[in-house]
Amino acid sequence: MNSSEPVIRAVNLKKYFPVRGRIFDVIRRRPKLYVRAVDDITFDIYEREIFGLAGESGCGKTTTGKTILRLIEPTSGKLFFKGDDLLKYDGSKLKEFRRRAQIIFQDPYESLNPRMNIYSIVEEPLRIHKIGDKNERLEMVFKVLEDVELKPPENFIYRRPHELSGGQRQRVAIARAMILNPEFIVADEPVSMLDMSIRAEILNLMLKLRDEYKLTYLFITHDLAVAKYICSRLGIMYLGKLLELGSAEKVIDEPYHPYTRALISAIPTPDPREKIGEIPIKGEVTSPINVPKGCRFYPRCVRAMDICKEKEPKLMEVSKGHFVACHLYA
Amino acid sequence: MLLQVEGLKMYYEILGKGLVHAVDDVFFSLDKGETLGVVGESGCGKSSLAISILRLLPINGKILGGRVLLDGVDILNMDLEKFRKEIRWKRISIVFQGAMNALNPVLRVGDQIAEAIMLHSDVSKKEAMKRVISLLEMVGIDGSRAKGYPFEFSGGMRQRVMIAMALALNPQILIADEPTTALDVIVQAQILKLIKNIQRRLELSVILISHDISMVSELSDKLAIMYAGQIVELGDMVDVYLNPLHPYTKALLSSVPSIKMKRRLLKSIPGAPPNLLQPPKGCRFHPRCPFKADLCEEEEPEFVSVSKDHFVRCHRFEELRGVEFK
Repeated sequence: MNSSEPVIRAVNLKKYFPVRGRIFDVIRRRPKLYVRAVDDITFDIYEREIFGLAGESGCGKTTTGKTILRLIEPTSGKLFFKGDDLLKYDGSKLKEFRRRAQIIFQDPYESLNPRMNIYSIVEEPLRIHKIGDKNERLEMVFKVLEDVELKPPENFIYRRPHELSGGQRQRVAIARAMILNPEFIVADEPVSMLDMSIRAEILNLMLKLRDEYKLTYLFITHDLAVAKYICSRLGIMYLGKLLELGSAEKVIDEPYHPYTRALISAIPTPDPREKIGEIPIKGEVTSPINVPKGCRFYPRCVRAMDICKEKEPKLMEVSKGHFVACHLYA
Repeated sequence: MLLQVEGLKMYYEILGKGLVHAVDDVFFSLDKGETLGVVGESGCGKSSLAISILRLLPINGKILGGRVLLDGVDILNMDLEKFRKEIRWKRISIVFQGAMNALNPVLRVGDQIAEAIMLHSDVSKKEAMKRVISLLEMVGIDGSRAKGYPFEFSGGMRQRVMIAMALALNPQILIADEPTTALDVIVQAQILKLIKNIQRRLELSVILISHDISMVSELSDKLAIMYAGQIVELGDMVDVYLNPLHPYTKALLSSVPSIKMKRRLLKSIPGAPPNLLQPPKGCRFHPRCPFKADLCEEEEPEFVSVSKDHFVRCHRFEELRGVEFK
């Protein structure tokens, strides 16, 4: 990796969503409740890296991705884009950032406007950012469609999303993100709605585009097999906290945190001779509103100790480049 | 054999467009206590296969041929009223995809299961509730929760309720259509273990339908790979996994990432599944198959037996043994 500024630096990032209080609670002057979707997480994403965030639904991975793009304003914390204070961006600076950072959503059936044809969908970002004249745009749209392997482009530009397969639609969504020549892309579960055979195709396309466009990705997924395949580094989230962070291979092959271990033990493999064993976890996910004091995971942890109830563990480096937030390793 | 499906054909009639060949000449059999996994991509006909067996077809779904034998009796041509009373739910039941959202939100969970029991058998409400409590306990939910409403249950627990409901009338065969999509991995693993457990205890036969081969391989004894309305390969799960014969099976297996494997480039299958209004002539996979020969474009391959329990629908499987998909 290179030693220069990380593309994205998030420091003590927090996003709390207020829970709508009942009138009764307001009269009683009960304290306002918050969902702590992202709660004090810190990480860097380096150039040309595919940084993964994984965890179960509701762990805050999507909120983190949206906050980094300033689609949601953080409650507190700092964000830097290539060394610049991202939270100070406004007006034209923010618009320029919106060109340089893009997002790909999970569901290509919902993220494309069904009334627009493929040409208008892919060209729209150029119009919004006032880039090029009509002919230049046409050329750019054709090039990007070829880059995402929708070939030949003239077969696709007049079609509408419903005429395309799921994989083709996700390629259109990727083309729309790529046309502004971005440096950073948040990919929020880009393959989870797709069939197995198409998944590999889209993942390989994203790898190819990283090299061709010199991209950096934040890759959000719940599927650790996909994360292991595509990510260079991987963070595991649970109830708004980052519990483990390291190279994707290390985190999955040699996990430290009891939660990561439980998660990995629950994943089936295609090999029928390997079966899922005991899953070392208790109970169900606790509500993100009343988070336990101490370690968030302790009510479900099979190795919980007294200290876990009292003190929140900090993310610490346990081996080179591998960070864990757990008292077992303190 | 408990269940035998022979040459089943089910087409959807689309006005002005023709017939969608959703299930076309499908063969398989299922023994008591056995689990058959059915894997295929969306639109390959795997759910249509399930609703054809249960005769839950929409008006435009037409069964055009084949037999479904349950203990030797053809249930496809049976009087529908008799089928509804004696077969559906009582002997073959189903957990639908996304079923956990099918619970009525304003009825107590226990009452919903009891209703199903009382509709099909002549028992009092009290007896039915007793059965409900034992069913809930079987799927790992405390009996007292029968008084709860669906919103008080998590997604995983609602899925357990749906499984309990499917088992309410002691069926011999349970069809589970994507029983774990939309569930988190840990919950998915728990549901799979639950199905395995119940199956052992009740000697239940299970047809597990999914697009996810990893999930299916966890439970299945036999595996059927479906493509464009047909089963293209059928055999013992481990055998098919280790010695896949059909190019599509090979492709599917090499496109699945696994957490256990070293990183290697995943292969993808070029192109997209065919439009089943006009399935390709010859082998349905030939437009995407790197091994296609002239014969494949002309003549539809037969579903042939390779060994006792291994079947394949491919002209060239013999010469392609051990050849990897590229």
